[in-house]
Amino acid sequence: MIKEKTISVVLAGVGGQGILLASEIVAKCAMLAGFDVKTNEVHGMAQRGGSVLAQIRYGKKVYSPLVAKGQAEVLVALEQIEALRFANYLRANGMAVVNKQMIVPVTVSSGEAKYPDDIETKLGEEFENMTYIDAAKIASELGNIRAANVVLLGAMSKQLDLPEECWKKAMSDSIKPQYLEINLNAFNKGREF
Amino acid sequence: MAQIMSGNEAIARGAYEAGVVFASGYPGTPSTEILENVVKYKSDIYCEWSPNEKVAFEAAAAAACAGARAIVTMKHVGMNVAADPLVTLGYIGAEGGFVVCVADDPGMHSSQNEQDSRHYARLAKIPMFEPSDSAEAKGFLAKAIEVSEKYKTPVMLRLATRISHSRSIVETADRVDSKKNIGFEKNPARFITVPGYARQMRVKLEERLGELTKEANCTPINKIEMQDKKLGIITSSISYQYVKEVWPKASVFKLGMVYPFPDDLFRKFAGSVEKVLVVEELDNFIEEHIRSLGIACAGREFVPGIGELSVEILSQAKAKLQGKTVPTIAKAKYAEQLPVRRPVLCAGCPHRGVFHILTKHDIVVTGDIGCYSLGALKPLERLDIILCMGGGISMAHGLDKAGEPKKVVGMVGDSTFFHSGITGLLDIVYNKGRSTIIVVDNRTTAMTGHQDHPGTGRTLMDEKTFEISIIEVAKACGIKRTFTINPYETAESEKIILAELEADEPSLIVSKATCPLREKKPVGKLRMIDFELCKNCGQCLKLGCPAIDGSGEKPVINKLLCSGCGLCEQVCKFDAISCESDDGEAIV
Repeated sequence: MIKEKTISVVLAGVGGQGILLASEIVAKCAMLAGFDVKTNEVHGMAQRGGSVLAQIRYGKKVYSPLVAKGQAEVLVALEQIEALRFANYLRANGMAVVNKQMIVPVTVSSGEAKYPDDIETKLGEEFENMTYIDAAKIASELGNIRAANVVLLGAMSKQLDLPEECWKKAMSDSIKPQYLEINLNAFNKGREF
Repeated sequence: MAQIMSGNEAIARGAYEAGVVFASGYPGTPSTEILENVVKYKSDIYCEWSPNEKVAFEAAAAAACAGARAIVTMKHVGMNVAADPLVTLGYIGAEGGFVVCVADDPGMHSSQNEQDSRHYARLAKIPMFEPSDSAEAKGFLAKAIEVSEKYKTPVMLRLATRISHSRSIVETADRVDSKKNIGFEKNPARFITVPGYARQMRVKLEERLGELTKEANCTPINKIEMQDKKLGIITSSISYQYVKEVWPKASVFKLGMVYPFPDDLFRKFAGSVEKVLVVEELDNFIEEHIRSLGIACAGREFVPGIGELSVEILSQAKAKLQGKTVPTIAKAKYAEQLPVRRPVLCAGCPHRGVFHILTKHDIVVTGDIGCYSLGALKPLERLDIILCMGGGISMAHGLDKAGEPKKVVGMVGDSTFFHSGITGLLDIVYNKGRSTIIVVDNRTTAMTGHQDHPGTGRTLMDEKTFEISIIEVAKACGIKRTFTINPYETAESEKIILAELEADEPSLIVSKATCPLREKKPVGKLRMIDFELCKNCGQCLKLGCPAIDGSGEKPVINKLLCSGCGLCEQVCKFDAISCESDDGEAIV
């Protein structure tokens, strides 16, 4: 029973945060669920500490690999101001999953610009429907801070109509066996939000 | 089996399945991952990183002339480097299938220009295919091999960032080897491009183009999707995907084989719809031709020719076309207030030391293409001009000979030096220049993701090989003053650089230190700033190191990011920066 509508997901973060693995898991999950799927990612110059956006679209037949502004069902931000930067990708009443993490850009550390304060208020204004989680803390408690992304994936997974067994299969395909268990735990923890 | 693949992975898979036995190229975003994936099939495909695109092209072209199925890969600006053999190979043609994979970068995500490489197909009079997703990227590579062998012509496979780096579902198949034996057959009229033979080849080239036009008019990859006849859209590549979203009801003529143009199909399609719209990224390549056929069409007046297209931009074009109010593209409320994340030299980058030294002097620095291009940005701002691969060396010579009153330093990377820096060096020596050249040698092609090159001692196929010395090459070119410096030791390095700037002869200085990202380990012990000793002078912040956070009362070093290069310790006049011991206390 494949729906006609194409679902769009965007993952925002900073180069080096492991956004590509997260994107790969979402795409595989959608493919395992029987959907056509396309994704897009950034390489090269943009990865040297720049803002990074990964885009995933799935449905009966997907054309553009890029998500149009105002179209995403879910926006997952691995860094909190990146949620504000890419807020325009989210559709009205779409769901934002935001990691309570702050990565200071060089423009701020050099004194050229300021990291905004009252982030939580701004996020609240932008997103009616938001899950704001300290994913790094949860992942650390589970035993590996690097599973933070998967906590966020777990939280966003509830918003998407993809079967749980497809998520698990996608993770076991993409994650090294020795890290699989902790990541599955992280995913389940995220799903509790 | 169905797999999710990027366009570049799919091309590599296509090369494997199509029986390709030779692949060469030079790294360049967005084309790099083609060869990085071809190497997975190294038991069936010989593959190499060549020193530059021209060499890669020539090597692959000769392989194809001997009957081997071959591909060569490059980014759009690399096509300029390989343009010389490209145009003449059009005359010679190919015996084994030969595909030139060229990846354009509309929107300049990672490039110095956004040229439209489709013009090269017309210039060289060779066929060109454009896939619109990964499945087509794989299929069109095989189709290109087939057309290449059938018509004995090189074929261009033109990609764009969103084709190369988007992922979609691909069905894989088994490899089919060529039945042809590899062996070069002597045939001067075929392979010797001296005027007497070339004039005959020139005539045959036009005849072949005529045959290929017939092919373009009947190939199934030039596909008319008839729907509502009010509007017919002619498009190709990634633009097709956007068109299908924005005009789901319109009739679409999707070009897979874009050149030579399928004139009969253009006329047929235009005759069966009320209005024709051409949607293409960058130049009016298709549109101008359609107009030259006397077919009325809309195009560039509605569809922007600068930067990438998107669903949003085409939605605006659609509204304009219908005379409706143009929709605005949603902006994030706080986006403009947020600090930008510019790409920066990484923490521990060895280039930073050289830039730091050069920032202290009123000189002109001619730069080049690579990670060190980032040294042109704030806060270092120590490159003054960037033109093209190898330009850092030749431009220094040009300024010197023109009588530039300031001292000039030419800066070039290691991979770039081998790519096209050596000829510039010869120019300096031969024409009695006196430029100071610094090769920032981080032992890898870093910007494109750490590929090997002639100076690293390893091949793409992961074999050990002779490590070519930049210093020895410079000496062989006639440079008498050669030096190697350690960029992490700024005082010693600065002495050498200053002495060479004063020298009345050309010098070549190799700043040699491996990229820590490639090594995947810190340069040295992590540093920390003593809050009491710090006088907040801001010297460390001028290094533009992402590990030093100056947003608080006084600068602090982010332990997670610090690579322990110690540059900040060297610039601190108050001895406030030192190594951190295991228990987090400063080591005196």
